Amino acid sequence: MILKSLKCLPALSVLVFAIASQAASQANVRIEPPAAQQGPRELQEQTASAAIRDYLQSWQSLSAALKQNRSDLLSTYFAGTALDKLGETMQEQVRAGLSTGYKVSSHDIQIVFYSPEGLSIELTDTVEYDMKVLEHGKLIANQHMRTRYIAVLTPAVEQWKVRVFQAMN
Amino acid sequence: MKATMTLLVSSLLIATPCLFAQAGEIQAPQSIEAGGGFSIQTTGNGKATLYIVGPNQVLRRDVERGQTTSFAPGLLHNAGHYLVILRSDNSIDKSELDVTAARTPSELSFLAKPSRLPVGIHDGITGAVYVFDAYKNLITSPAPVSFELSTPSGATQARTVATHDGAAFTAMDSTQEQGADKFVARVGAVTSTRIVGQVPGDPCGIKMTATPSGQHVQLATEPLRDCSGNAIPDGMIVTFTETYQNAQTTVDVPLKKGIAQISMPAHNGAVLSAASGVVMGNQIRLERQ
Repeated sequence: MILKSLKCLPALSVLVFAIASQAASQANVRIEPPAAQQGPRELQEQTASAAIRDYLQSWQSLSAALKQNRSDLLSTYFAGTALDKLGETMQEQVRAGLSTGYKVSSHDIQIVFYSPEGLSIELTDTVEYDMKVLEHGKLIANQHMRTRYIAVLTPAVEQWKVRVFQAMN
Repeated sequence: MKATMTLLVSSLLIATPCLFAQAGEIQAPQSIEAGGGFSIQTTGNGKATLYIVGPNQVLRRDVERGQTTSFAPGLLHNAGHYLVILRSDNSIDKSELDVTAARTPSELSFLAKPSRLPVGIHDGITGAVYVFDAYKNLITSPAPVSFELSTPSGATQARTVATHDGAAFTAMDSTQEQGADKFVARVGAVTSTRIVGQVPGDPCGIKMTATPSGQHVQLATEPLRDCSGNAIPDGMIVTFTETYQNAQTTVDVPLKKGIAQISMPAHNGAVLSAASGVVMGNQIRLERQ
């Protein structure tokens, strides 16, 4: 019953893909049909598109922030625990003289929960990315990774923000 | 022969990451629980630097190759996927490490809606829960969540729902009894409580009486109750209407002590009525001798 409208995903996929292509620097974005245990509230395509678009943007902001160790780049798309943890990571990177780069090549996203009151969306994302670790600007390691992330987003004034962000392999 | 070679190459490709993880220069666990202590063994000798790097946490440690480096409980506490790097002057070794949320729930994010609603609404109250460990990691392994809605008189509705990806939800009926209900979500020893106010629904009916008093007529309702017998709270508006010779006069009166009353001009042949919201009361036709 849930996300009936999203069962017909082509329109959403095309729309999100178009947005995502810009947002995620040409990363391939695949949107899976929503999970069956989703929740009692119908999720409109526009809402789903907006949440996914902002989630993809959050990766852009995460990547830029951790590369430049600039926490001010995070607050547009992150809030709460996710923002706190990423901010701490940045401080740890600065103390260690490190910076990290995340170049995402693909996202495989599925909305797994839309809370009944409409105030949170949970999604999973199997992300493929190249991770670079630099110490004082010098590359010390490069690794291709494929990791399943889970994110919980909540609506803010102008966009959805990521409140929970963690890998769950 | 070609097929055998393909199989051999494929097997090697599949096996390679496992070999690195288990038999490389770094012997690190593939997975630990958030906040758990762990050790990393390195081979060789000389000074090196060990890095554990992920979006949610970064650790850096100067180590001696060939020795075991221990990480105290609580040090690596954010769930995630980490790259482990051992760097010395002439080599770089890598491994990957998963940190999973701790199994013991410590915190619930419990959203109950609405905070106030009329009695007797099917599935009118919803609750959604996210379950976290002591380090604010979302616990993604299934956990049973007990939801319980109890009225002031002790009547309860209870449901148990397993989390999927750290989330669970339920819907409950508002009861027939007005008052402040307790809505409790419980996972293990962790509980979170919300108060849901249940207010009377619309009046079940409005019964009005008219008492002539000189040139006026005194209109009064009987105490208003909803269809479950709960008294309608003071302040709800009752609209009295008098229709006389194609003219209509309406007066809005708030309930006081459960009833609404007003004095209106007593015109012979006037029709008097009362209503509140969508609920209509009786009509009275004024016939003066």
